[in-house]
Amino acid sequence: MIEARHLVKRFHDRKRGSVCAVDGVSFACRPGEIYGLLGANGAGKTTLLRVLATILAPTEGVAIVAGFDVTKDPQMVRSRVGFLSTATALYGRLSAQEMVEYFGRLHGLDEAALRQRIDELFTRLDMNEFRDRRCDRLSSGMKQKVSIARTLVHDPSVMIFDEPTSGLDVMAARAIVAFIRECRDSGKTVVFSTHVMSEAEKLCDRIGIIHDGRLLAEGALAELRARFAIQDLEDLFVKVIQS
Amino acid sequence: MSLRYIGVVYRKELTDSLRDRRTVISMIVVPLLVMPLLTIGMGILSVTLVGQALKEIPKVMILGGEDSPRVVAELEQVKDLQVVPAKADYAEEISDKRVRAAVEIPPGFEARLAAGDPATVKIYMYEGELKSGFGAERLQRFFRELRDRTIRERLQARALPDSLVRPFEIDEKNVAPPEKVGGEILGGMVPYFVILLCLTGAMYPAMDLTAGEKERGTIETILCSPISRTHLVLGKFLMVLTASIATAVLSIASMAFSFGVGKKMLLGALHGAADSALKITVTGKAVVSIFVVVLPLAVFFSAALLALSLFAKSFKEAQSYISPLMIVVVLPAVAALLPGVELNPALAMVPVLNTSLVSKEIITGTYHWGLIALIFLSSSVYAAAAIAIAVKLFQREDVLFRT
Repeated sequence: MIEARHLVKRFHDRKRGSVCAVDGVSFACRPGEIYGLLGANGAGKTTLLRVLATILAPTEGVAIVAGFDVTKDPQMVRSRVGFLSTATALYGRLSAQEMVEYFGRLHGLDEAALRQRIDELFTRLDMNEFRDRRCDRLSSGMKQKVSIARTLVHDPSVMIFDEPTSGLDVMAARAIVAFIRECRDSGKTVVFSTHVMSEAEKLCDRIGIIHDGRLLAEGALAELRARFAIQDLEDLFVKVIQS
Repeated sequence: MSLRYIGVVYRKELTDSLRDRRTVISMIVVPLLVMPLLTIGMGILSVTLVGQALKEIPKVMILGGEDSPRVVAELEQVKDLQVVPAKADYAEEISDKRVRAAVEIPPGFEARLAAGDPATVKIYMYEGELKSGFGAERLQRFFRELRDRTIRERLQARALPDSLVRPFEIDEKNVAPPEKVGGEILGGMVPYFVILLCLTGAMYPAMDLTAGEKERGTIETILCSPISRTHLVLGKFLMVLTASIATAVLSIASMAFSFGVGKKMLLGALHGAADSALKITVTGKAVVSIFVVVLPLAVFFSAALLALSLFAKSFKEAQSYISPLMIVVVLPAVAALLPGVELNPALAMVPVLNTSLVSKEIITGTYHWGLIALIFLSSSVYAAAAIAIAVKLFQREDVLFRT
């Protein structure tokens, strides 16, 4: 479960002064649901998701993620969240297994449980073949799998994906999309951001359109279509951000 | 504070760094190669050069002296001088090192000596040039002997005792043979290099563990794990410290080893003629003491480098911050090499310089325990401050996500 109430994140930028990257965003996402944040580059998606993942602290507002307040119990939140973005890279000099092991240990798993969990994940994701290969020598598809295993090693109940498919080829992107669906089907709370309309259309149970740090419209795709009387999501998106 | 998580981070960073060629080179290869090369190479070089200068028979010119054939003939007989024909541009000849020194014998020198008139012999040399100095010294020795002989003859002619002009003897003994110069330079150089290697050993891991993480995009990955940022920075700090200490320990060990080997080689090279060749012996006590005084400095360097390179967005930017730091560190370390800079309570507060000075003293066998304690204490305070700053910086979003 994710619940954000009036989240505000302000930065101090030397050139532009105070910048409000997230400006009073409220939304909720339930377990077994995919919530898609749709917005152009610079709309504030990444900042919002980083606040939810406790990588950044909110300036104002409250967010409850997996039952814990991101400001008061960030470590409890992080131990229940899996965060994946194209910016979350792997340690190139560690092997695939060492990489996942490291994060398992950081999550406090004991060695026996960790070994079991890794065997299970590596088999499920079909990674045993490159288990001991260094991450910087893996193909992008393999890296993707290591990242997925890394986010799943502690069996999080909330998954946050920040533009997970950007920069990936078709096959890798499809694998990620399938993985996001799988997360929902196993009852996890899933939030993901994208600027690709088709992806949002395909995946999301509910969509939030974000622009200039503000959440301008929100609802299931069918609801949004009915409310704005526009079928095409792209046209709808443009209409929302221009109004 | 959980040691378990600090340990998890530390072990991972250690594995990671030991697979990084740059870290391994700066941490292991450089101290193991640079130290022996430096001590043995420098030692051999300086001893050989001084030895050569001593062996060379200096060429000298005799200016004038046509009416003093006896003196000239005697001079030409001197074994460790080679008299070459005089030229008008003797000064230039000396400057160009074709001739080491020249002596000007005044007109009618012998006649004046016989008559008991005053006379001045001028010796021309190139001040500060070792070989010219040797030539001038030998000329001087010759004329001093001539003067002494003349005095004796005059005293004898008047039937007076020698002690009239020599009421007492001054016996001057040189305890620093020219070879010692090489040893003294080394004594000052060694702590300087240990300090520098301590810094360079910490440099690459510090940049790799902070700016490197930003550059490779792993910082966001690690920040979304539940580890607290304090544990994270302390684990990283321990890794950087390990690299710094490993570099220092390896360089001290290889320094002690190369002194041992170097001494034997030099003694062999000089055929035992100069058993004072390298007066410096590095004792176990000195090695341990240097390690103890360098330890807080290594902590200071590690934390400071970690904090500084965390500011950078990329490896390259981190390097541009750290390169000036190299100079900041080198200057006080070099200042300790200057003659006349001596350890006192005020200088014991100056970071780097204090460690450099005290190491120099330790290596030559001087132990001022009060100052050593003061230096250890002040360095520890600087180190603690640097760690506190590094931990603080790791809590700051604007530093972690600087764009």
